[in-house]
Amino acid sequence: MEAHAADRPVSSRAGIRLPGFGTGLGRGTVVLYLSLIVLLPLAALVDQSLEGGLSTFWTQVTSPQALASLKLTVVCSLIVVVINAFFGTIIAWLLVRDQFPGKSVVNAVIDLPFALPTIVASLVLIELYGAHSPFGIDIALTRAAIVVALLFVTLPFVVRAVQPLLIEMDREMEEAAASLGASGFTIFRRIIFPNLLPGLAAGVALAFARALGEYGSVLLFAGGLPNTQVSSVFIASQIENGQNTGAAAVSVVLLLAAMVMLGLITLIQRWSSKHERSPGAGAGGLTVMPMSGEDYTEKGEDDEVR
Amino acid sequence: MRSASSTRSRWGLRALGLGYLTLLLLAPLVAIFYKTFEHGLAPPLDAITSPDGLHALKLSLLMVAIAVPLNTIFGVGCALLLVRHKWKGNAVIDAVINLPFAISPVVIGLSLFLLYGTKGWLGPTLAENGIEILFSVPGMVLASIFVSVPFVVRETVPVLQEIGTEQEQAASTLGANAWQTFRRITLPSIRWGVAYGVVLSTARVLGEFGAVSIVSGSRSGETETLPLFVKKAFDNFEFPAAYGASVLLAVLALSTLLAMNVLKRKEDA
Repeated sequence: MEAHAADRPVSSRAGIRLPGFGTGLGRGTVVLYLSLIVLLPLAALVDQSLEGGLSTFWTQVTSPQALASLKLTVVCSLIVVVINAFFGTIIAWLLVRDQFPGKSVVNAVIDLPFALPTIVASLVLIELYGAHSPFGIDIALTRAAIVVALLFVTLPFVVRAVQPLLIEMDREMEEAAASLGASGFTIFRRIIFPNLLPGLAAGVALAFARALGEYGSVLLFAGGLPNTQVSSVFIASQIENGQNTGAAAVSVVLLLAAMVMLGLITLIQRWSSKHERSPGAGAGGLTVMPMSGEDYTEKGEDDEVR
Repeated sequence: MRSASSTRSRWGLRALGLGYLTLLLLAPLVAIFYKTFEHGLAPPLDAITSPDGLHALKLSLLMVAIAVPLNTIFGVGCALLLVRHKWKGNAVIDAVINLPFAISPVVIGLSLFLLYGTKGWLGPTLAENGIEILFSVPGMVLASIFVSVPFVVRETVPVLQEIGTEQEQAASTLGANAWQTFRRITLPSIRWGVAYGVVLSTARVLGEFGAVSIVSGSRSGETETLPLFVKKAFDNFEFPAAYGASVLLAVLALSTLLAMNVLKRKEDA
């Protein structure tokens, strides 16, 4: 239905025009707004990073401190997305296929890390896994704290990307495999997993992008000690010391990484909509975005009825 | 039909998934509420109702009051253009709109800091005309707008695609002008999608820390939003204030989740 609406030729006569002004003016306003709010500041950033030429840029990015922070950021983010992919898939499966009391509450709470300010996340994690931990687990100001903070803020990504694919999946395939004697693990490996792969990949890419740039939740919990300084914290400390070019250079690296991740997600979605594994996933840009307003669990129950 | 081993693995998965959620989400949330009200209501309440606390709350609400309406108008207009008017540049617009999702808040803050700084492209000219952006409210507003650009667009686009153009075309055939068609036909069909985007934008603006902290200078009672207030209170070992403001923000976050669930149901109905 979405493809139908999008493919329909929309002439300027038949299509609705923006109220009050023509399409051209509307388009101009949108481009101007985005340029002023988003593009101009980013251009200033790139300009500053190249102030001393490409060689200075390279020196800044490869300085021992900058390099260490980038390495730490990438390694922590990779660990985080692997753990996320594992637990995210399990949680999505529970929310779609399982029935347990309180399921709708759990489904709603998954988005909490998005709604909760990151600085509050930091404080909350210190309270539980810091010096006064009721469990006696004190990981504050360590590298483990970075991983836990990133796990907290990226929790919804994989869950929300995998849920719709699980709902749309044809269960007859699984039943056929089961009746042919396949074990639960074989069914997961050969049938469920390949079907979930596009969502899982997109969710992981988005979680990775978020983890690379995360600041607030890491700041208080992991601190800015030399051995726990992720790139965003490094950038902030460079700004405080008046090292604008150094800060800008590392920022441009993060910016490029974010753009690559967004490009990757677009490719994954285009690929998956072409292969019709998930008819809805191709429409409307970043549909793997958590909090996208879909009530996945209820749709799942409809599927079971059918 | 289910065998004993599949029941066992089902319980195993439940224990794993729900245990993980309890440790990562639930326990920290309970802990912060417990810690805040450990010594009764008074200490956190006093801290929030201090002049600095109240000012931070007011400033946070001001950010929402400016950034969210602007991005809502922009978002609806932009979504209409993206869905209803095919254009080569749409793919670029779409990509730029997604950027604020993926960019680090610190990078956003630094970009504004450089653009409006004393050596930036716009800073000196604006300063000559007596307009201060950095370390004052306008800079914080710009940061808030930047981080919340995508939400309304992203929530409105799929709804617009789903409703199609038949009713809009019927209305214009019957002689309605563009504004009437938009107000009577399009807007009522997309309103819950837009409202959802508004809720997400509000939550993001209220909670924004990184970008705002870099452009604000974080002066108590002047350029300090609630998240900045939390950070400063924590750094100064004023824990009742830090926890009190945190709980206030957490309650706002939980209200966001509630609003989202209500809107989801309206949208489905």
